[in-house]
Amino acid sequence: MLSDSGLTADDGYVLLTLFLLPMATSVLLMFTPSRERGVIVGMTAVSSLLMFVLSVYVFAQYDYQSGAQFQGVRAWDWITNAGMLGDDGIQLKVGVDGIGAAMVLLTGIITMAGTWVSWKIQHRIKDFFILLYLVAAGVFGTFVLLDLFIWFFFYELAVLPMYLLIGVWGSTRKEYGAMKLMMMLVAGSILIFTAIFGIISATGVDSFDMVRLFELAPDMDRKTQLLLFPMVVIGCGTLAGLFPFHPWSPDGHAAAPTAVSMLHAGVLMKVGAFGVIRLGFQMMPEGAEYWAPGLIVLGISGALYGAISALRQDDLKLMTGFSSVSHMGYVFVGLGTMNAIGMTGAVLQMFAHGVMTALFFLLIGGMYDQTHNRDISNFSGMARVMPVWAAFFVIAALASFGLPGLSGFIAEVHIFIGAFRAYPVVGGLAVFTAALTATYLLRMFASAFFGDPVERWRGLSDITRAEKAAATVLASSIILLGVWPSWWVDRISTTIAATIPGVTL
Amino acid sequence: MTGLNFDYLLLTPEFILAGTAMLVILADLFRKELHIGRTVLPAIASLGLIAAGAVSLLWVDESDDFANLISIDNFTTFFRVLFTGVALIVIVGGYEYIEKHIRHRGEFYALLLLSTIGAIYMAAARELLTAYISIELLSFSLYVAVSLAKDDSRSSEAGLKYVLLGGVASAMLLYGLSLIYGIAGSTSYAEIGAAFSEGTADFSLSLVLALTLIIGGLGFKASAVPFHMWTPDAYEGAPLPVTAYLSATSKAATFALLLRFFAGPLLPVIDDWQWIMASVAVLTMVFGNLIALQQTNIKRLLAYSSIGQVGYMLMALTTISDASASALLVHMAGYLFTNLAVFSAVIAFHNRTGKEELDDFAGLAETNPYLAVVLTGGMFSLAGMPLLAGFVTKFILFQAAASEGFLWLATVAVIASTISLYYYLQVIRRMYLVEPARGQAERWRLSPAGYAATASMFAGMLFVGIYAGPLFTVADRAARVLALN
Repeated sequence: MLSDSGLTADDGYVLLTLFLLPMATSVLLMFTPSRERGVIVGMTAVSSLLMFVLSVYVFAQYDYQSGAQFQGVRAWDWITNAGMLGDDGIQLKVGVDGIGAAMVLLTGIITMAGTWVSWKIQHRIKDFFILLYLVAAGVFGTFVLLDLFIWFFFYELAVLPMYLLIGVWGSTRKEYGAMKLMMMLVAGSILIFTAIFGIISATGVDSFDMVRLFELAPDMDRKTQLLLFPMVVIGCGTLAGLFPFHPWSPDGHAAAPTAVSMLHAGVLMKVGAFGVIRLGFQMMPEGAEYWAPGLIVLGISGALYGAISALRQDDLKLMTGFSSVSHMGYVFVGLGTMNAIGMTGAVLQMFAHGVMTALFFLLIGGMYDQTHNRDISNFSGMARVMPVWAAFFVIAALASFGLPGLSGFIAEVHIFIGAFRAYPVVGGLAVFTAALTATYLLRMFASAFFGDPVERWRGLSDITRAEKAAATVLASSIILLGVWPSWWVDRISTTIAATIPGVTL
Repeated sequence: MTGLNFDYLLLTPEFILAGTAMLVILADLFRKELHIGRTVLPAIASLGLIAAGAVSLLWVDESDDFANLISIDNFTTFFRVLFTGVALIVIVGGYEYIEKHIRHRGEFYALLLLSTIGAIYMAAARELLTAYISIELLSFSLYVAVSLAKDDSRSSEAGLKYVLLGGVASAMLLYGLSLIYGIAGSTSYAEIGAAFSEGTADFSLSLVLALTLIIGGLGFKASAVPFHMWTPDAYEGAPLPVTAYLSATSKAATFALLLRFFAGPLLPVIDDWQWIMASVAVLTMVFGNLIALQQTNIKRLLAYSSIGQVGYMLMALTTISDASASALLVHMAGYLFTNLAVFSAVIAFHNRTGKEELDDFAGLAETNPYLAVVLTGGMFSLAGMPLLAGFVTKFILFQAAASEGFLWLATVAVIASTISLYYYLQVIRRMYLVEPARGQAERWRLSPAGYAATASMFAGMLFVGIYAGPLFTVADRAARVLALN
């Protein structure tokens, strides 16, 4: 099945399927009676497995040596011959570069794992999956689409179902969390919207074709770039949890149901960072160069702030939420270095944090479903009560503070080297943050995992089989990226060197 | 006068509508003698509307005029189809409601048909007096229709308020039009346009006065801020199908007229009116959406929401160009689908519960999941979220404004649109996140008419939202008639 010519134009159909499949699943589910639980589980099993296989195929088949950055490019006319839209009109144009391929793989893994752990939902499981798969479609769409209009369409589509997903199936302060998340993310979209208009009118092309824009947009005059770049960074950065536009993230993640937290922290936040790369770095090199120091300041502040806040949290999910803000801070540090190794590290971190945080949320959810309690201070000796659960937790935590051999190490080492090259002070602060991360995780282990089990939790059973399977998939990705990083590094670094103007070595 | 075209065949669709209206009234008069059932009146009216809409398709890509008063072109055809469609959906979706809550049903259906004629001629007029008479035909029909609710004093109050304020607006409009006649020496659009292209320096003060009065008068009909005061009361007091009709046809017709008038003869003096239109647009989108935040009644909420929507459409008029004209038509069509889906759903809800406060929608997702989905779709579409009409049409509308150099206006619109998401979410929140009130948790179903109206409009909303290509083609052909740029 694998050939050595990279993704061909025919593979465009695979990319198309990636986001049409979850959409079709949603539609089919709508017409499935809610009492047919078996059918719902079966359909989502098949669909998520297919998505996973296709995303692995896209990642494996992407050929970084072929020279062509965007592979599997194929376009279908969507809205044409409306005079105002220029020659191309709006196209349904798909294609991935190395960054997109890595993100597609991430989405495939997390969607499958998220599906497996959601089968135990009792309350309106059908509606849950309809909305969850719309999110998945939105996310896949943003990673593979190359038309600015449809890209933004899917970007918003990924946010749209969140309100109901959190509001109906969530826990702690769910209405507040859902509303805050929705309003902040859509407010961020205002800036993206405006930036898109700005880019289109400044380049003077009557087209939303991103491949054309990647060629033309870097020539926009300096003033426009300086104005539009921060808009993109703040707009997309809101979704990526960029400090100080992150407040929705801990509240939203704490309130969301397990699979939604997984998908949201694991993939959706990456859509934001991906947007910063696509619209910001790939289109506006002069703006990027000018604002890179600012981006680094925000990134490192977020990393420190998230880590310090996580130290203070008693609620496990809030701690993980703040930890996400901290880890996404690294991504922006990496991007802001403007050198190849730092930026490669940023994208690696997007992947590494995605699987790692998804595993965290999965495990917290698996425990919360039994205990309805998430406060670290209420637990003790959990390693003896739920050994498998605890083992997976340790893997996620070790990856989180960057143990060599696991995913976090690879990503952080790239970022740290990049940061030391660009701004040694920032590199030092980043290493300090990693130490803070170790502190809050070890504090949690000491208090909740070891010692004598509390009486009221002695009867807990370990995580379910579906959860074990999902956790195994996530943990294997963590280990695989840790021990064999070149699959990721080759694809990402080639694309970064070739598609981001102004990147240094 | 010679040389004028008096081909009455051009007006066939309107003759059909007028004839149907007379037939409905006659059938109503002899209802007892002829043993006519309840469904006959709406059936006649619907058939008339379908026939008129279908016949109007004969003039696709034709370009003709009747006595230099009425243009028959793609623009007119676009609105003929749109307005007959709206009236049809109002009759189908509102059938049950009309049977229960409306006095003089025969007259009601007839008024709906007659006001549709007025709306069509507003879009088709190419002469000031014809335009004015069309406006009054639409308005007078609606003045009466607003106050036709049985046993509801709010309805009469709304009707009275609407008539009185409407009279003032008409006077303003008429005064403005007479000033235009004074300056240009003609009431024909073509001759006004010719006069203005030659220069109007001597008249600039009276011209600005005239334009302000016209924008004020028409702004009243479109409920633009600060001429919107009647809107919430009329929306709340009027029978629901009339509210739906007010928010759809009445607004769209005003914009059709504004488009033909401002993008045609008044285009040469755009510098004199662009800033007025821009200020009204900003006021309308900001205030409409801000005040909507505080509403607790679904009709008032939708009233203010529709004011906000008018603001976006006024923005397209401000930045008038080929692109924004066709974007405006696309947006209008998408807006009509969305609004009618929402109103058909609210009518169906009212038929069952008799209530219209936001809190009454609590737990609708449990008691009627289908209706909750339709309303949620409508709300998201109005807020401009993807998969639904609102996203595509707003994006194109804002994009057209931005590409004409009005990036700031587009930004205001995007911000206003984000604010609106908050109150739309309030409706969704009640349906999905709040439990149904005690004793009202049983499931219920819609009537077949209710299903037909909501499902067809919902499908339209999705169609525009997902595959808007055909609509763009049609709108583009209609807008090309205006010969901008």
